[in-house]
Amino acid sequence: MGDAKLAAGSADTFPKLLIENARRIGDRPSIREKDLGIWQTWTWGQVKDEIAAMAAGLKAFGFERGDSLAIVGDNRPQLYWAMTAAQALGGTPVPMYQDSVAEEMQFVLEHAEASFAVVEDQEQTDKLLEIMDRCPKLKEIVYENTRGMRHYDQPYVRSLDSLMEAGRKFLAENPGWFEEEAAKGKGSDIAIMLYTSGTTGRPKGVMLSFDNLVITARNGVEWDNLNERDEVLAYLPMAWVGDNIFSYSQSYVAGFCVSCPESSDTVMQDLKEIGPTYFFAPPRIFENILTQVSIRMEDATKLNQWLYKKFMDVARRVGPDLLDGKPVSILDRILYAIGEFLVYGPLKNELGFSRFRLAYTAGEAIGPDIFDFFRSLGVNIKQLYGSTEASVFICMQKDGDIKPDTVGPPATDVELKIADNGEVLFRSPGVFVAYYKNDDATRDTKTEDGWVMTGDAGFFDADGHLKIIDRAKDVGKLNSGGMFAPKYIENKLKFFPYITEAVAFGHERDHAAAFINIDLEAVGNWAERRGIAYSGYTDLAMRQEVYDLVAECVDKVNKDLSEDEALAGSQIKRFLILHKMLDADDGELTRTRKVRRNTVSERYGELINALYSGVDVCPVEATVTFEDGRTGTIKADVKIREAQVYPSQQAQAAE
Amino acid sequence: MAYERKIGDTILAVDQISLAFGGVKALSNISFSVREHEIFAIIGPNGAGKSSMLNCINGFYHPQEGTITFKGNTRRQVRPSEAAREGIARTFQNIALFSGMTTLDNIMTGRNTKMNKGIFWQALRYGPAEKEEMEHRAVVEKVIDFLEIEAIRKTAVGTLPYGLQKRVELGRALAAEPDLLLLDEPMAGMNLEEKQDMCRFILDVNDEFGTTIVLIEHDMGVVMDISDRVVVLDYGKKLAEGTPDEVRTNQDVIDAYLGVSHDDDEE
Repeated sequence: MGDAKLAAGSADTFPKLLIENARRIGDRPSIREKDLGIWQTWTWGQVKDEIAAMAAGLKAFGFERGDSLAIVGDNRPQLYWAMTAAQALGGTPVPMYQDSVAEEMQFVLEHAEASFAVVEDQEQTDKLLEIMDRCPKLKEIVYENTRGMRHYDQPYVRSLDSLMEAGRKFLAENPGWFEEEAAKGKGSDIAIMLYTSGTTGRPKGVMLSFDNLVITARNGVEWDNLNERDEVLAYLPMAWVGDNIFSYSQSYVAGFCVSCPESSDTVMQDLKEIGPTYFFAPPRIFENILTQVSIRMEDATKLNQWLYKKFMDVARRVGPDLLDGKPVSILDRILYAIGEFLVYGPLKNELGFSRFRLAYTAGEAIGPDIFDFFRSLGVNIKQLYGSTEASVFICMQKDGDIKPDTVGPPATDVELKIADNGEVLFRSPGVFVAYYKNDDATRDTKTEDGWVMTGDAGFFDADGHLKIIDRAKDVGKLNSGGMFAPKYIENKLKFFPYITEAVAFGHERDHAAAFINIDLEAVGNWAERRGIAYSGYTDLAMRQEVYDLVAECVDKVNKDLSEDEALAGSQIKRFLILHKMLDADDGELTRTRKVRRNTVSERYGELINALYSGVDVCPVEATVTFEDGRTGTIKADVKIREAQVYPSQQAQAAE
Repeated sequence: MAYERKIGDTILAVDQISLAFGGVKALSNISFSVREHEIFAIIGPNGAGKSSMLNCINGFYHPQEGTITFKGNTRRQVRPSEAAREGIARTFQNIALFSGMTTLDNIMTGRNTKMNKGIFWQALRYGPAEKEEMEHRAVVEKVIDFLEIEAIRKTAVGTLPYGLQKRVELGRALAAEPDLLLLDEPMAGMNLEEKQDMCRFILDVNDEFGTTIVLIEHDMGVVMDISDRVVVLDYGKKLAEGTPDEVRTNQDVIDAYLGVSHDDDEE
């Protein structure tokens, strides 16, 4: 029997893992979806039957080995199944971002040469129909949700139900067909093609093999002891590699259950209802949750506010240590237990975090306050560093060895090195096969012997944890020869609630300096509580008291920087608070609120000169664009403040 | 997408209706008929008698003269509750929801006419009442899914934005699984996006469930786009009836809308 060969742990493709799971844990839940207000569950056994029928249906509709299958929609069980069905047939699934407009989809469809598309609903069908004449390879669209589809009479637009029916009929006549098809796949086959969103230039199709995904997923499962009793909520786009690892690959490897939210608007409610044990979210989401909690606490009763404040103080003091298994006094343990009963437990329950065993965050730096808040509540939130080209995991933090500002040591089987220019290179079993039809890009990114350039600059700290500081191309050098990573410094500044934006200078300069934008709301509140009157942003920004406030923040950043040998040289020696907010309307920020360095340097040349010339005040005039399109000028005398610079602590220790 | 929707026989016939409040003639001698599966619009300037017409159809007002025939039953006086049981549901010009109750509970009230297991069992939610409630809940969940309001299922409707409240009200009417749906200015006060959503829902209701819809609307663009036929009222009288195109070119209608003075008009 073909089945017998699949001893536990040896399955090297997802269809084979599916068959193994159906046999080993066939009665355990595999996937859930909330439909008409009720959570519907499919077991691994049922999922195998569904996927087998879907694969047979695809075949019946004309899908062949080597074809590409585009998948578009929110996280739905049927769409995940379509991936496995295509893989079983030796085809390549290409999940696409569901919110892309038709033109963006056209590029991917054409480039991937997708002949079939499985889509969620009418909205996605309409988009594909719009561009169908420009994608000559695309010949069949299969939709899952029948709503509004009754009057589509094109022969190549068919319902998933009709496909499944055709598949079931075929399977009834050919039992064992699915197992035979699945057995034809091998680990080195391409499992999936994921298009990187492409902030620069055209999206690239990253080809990942079964070996890439299965081995990486298995390493991750072992790293965190995941098993079939874990639960995740699949709410991030299916086209993103993270979702593919967390909600698909690791689920197949560990056998845990994936829950699909009812709709994208209900994720927070679904989170509460499902209570996942394993969770991933970008820092932005954790930040939003913390903001929500803070806002709602302000509306709470006096007693609740008092309890929250008291016990959050306890949590901040001892929570992280408890989580890391460090020694904590008996009294603190008792206080924390009371806090768990009165505050942390109910709060976590409200957020849907009660059953979290671990949560990951990645993508960008997370503010230490946010990170500590969740860890102090007993939520085991950890950071990881990954990329599509690595099948996600490059570095990940280990339980009990967590720092808010590193991404942890290299993950299992990952080799890391830092190039001379500070760029992080890695080599691992997860390294992608190639970019599809783009050999130049493959050569630029991956060396002959398998090292991949991440484009990120970083270094290892004393404990061997990787610290990512900036994009490699943005990292400059101080005249002293020290490394200057503007974004790292700016992020550190921006973690303070009083600072919304910062621009650091230092490349080919003697020291680092910074422009700062204060947060009008946060600093405004702060000023009101102190009885400081102000007329607007410019007035507030020029206040001596506000400069003192910002100076404290800068001082903390400098202290932090001095602890890192590599960055001690880039402490901020002088700073100023800009007399106006940097604004996208003035071309100083991009629409996604990233600073346009060149524009800022050109426009505020005088101020930069002032930062490096030793003057205390610099008179400026700035042009501003009002919302109605008119322009005006702001005149101000911008003060420049010196900040304390600390000697490098590691250098001190060495002396 | 071009397709033939099957318009059936007359489901609602309004015959020679006259309604007066004291000396004020709200409606005089109005006749029209609405066919099954049709979207039928009643339009006219303010005070033309549009809402009065709807109120007559669902039995809230009792016209002094004339008859209304619904599904073959001719009647002169009918109570709103009877109309509801016969399969007429409506929404209101000013939202009339229970603002302290959740979306789910509000829509559940739309099932009220179909619950018949006795208040005693219902209060205990036991035995037959429990089974009944589950059946009704299933219908309500279909409506919630249809209107895409899953995210506000458990939210008190008083806290919802106006456009969503309108959608909940439509949901409550749909929960009654009506044969005839009366919509009193479903888009009033909405922004463009909300209007587009509402249009889509009205068309979908008509298409998916085959519900006959009579609506009052001020937004001419909307009316002309989605209606099969239109009747125009002015000062309680019928000015015109026909397809949107016919009505658009009717001289009386143009006069009424562009404000040619009436003989009896003091202004």
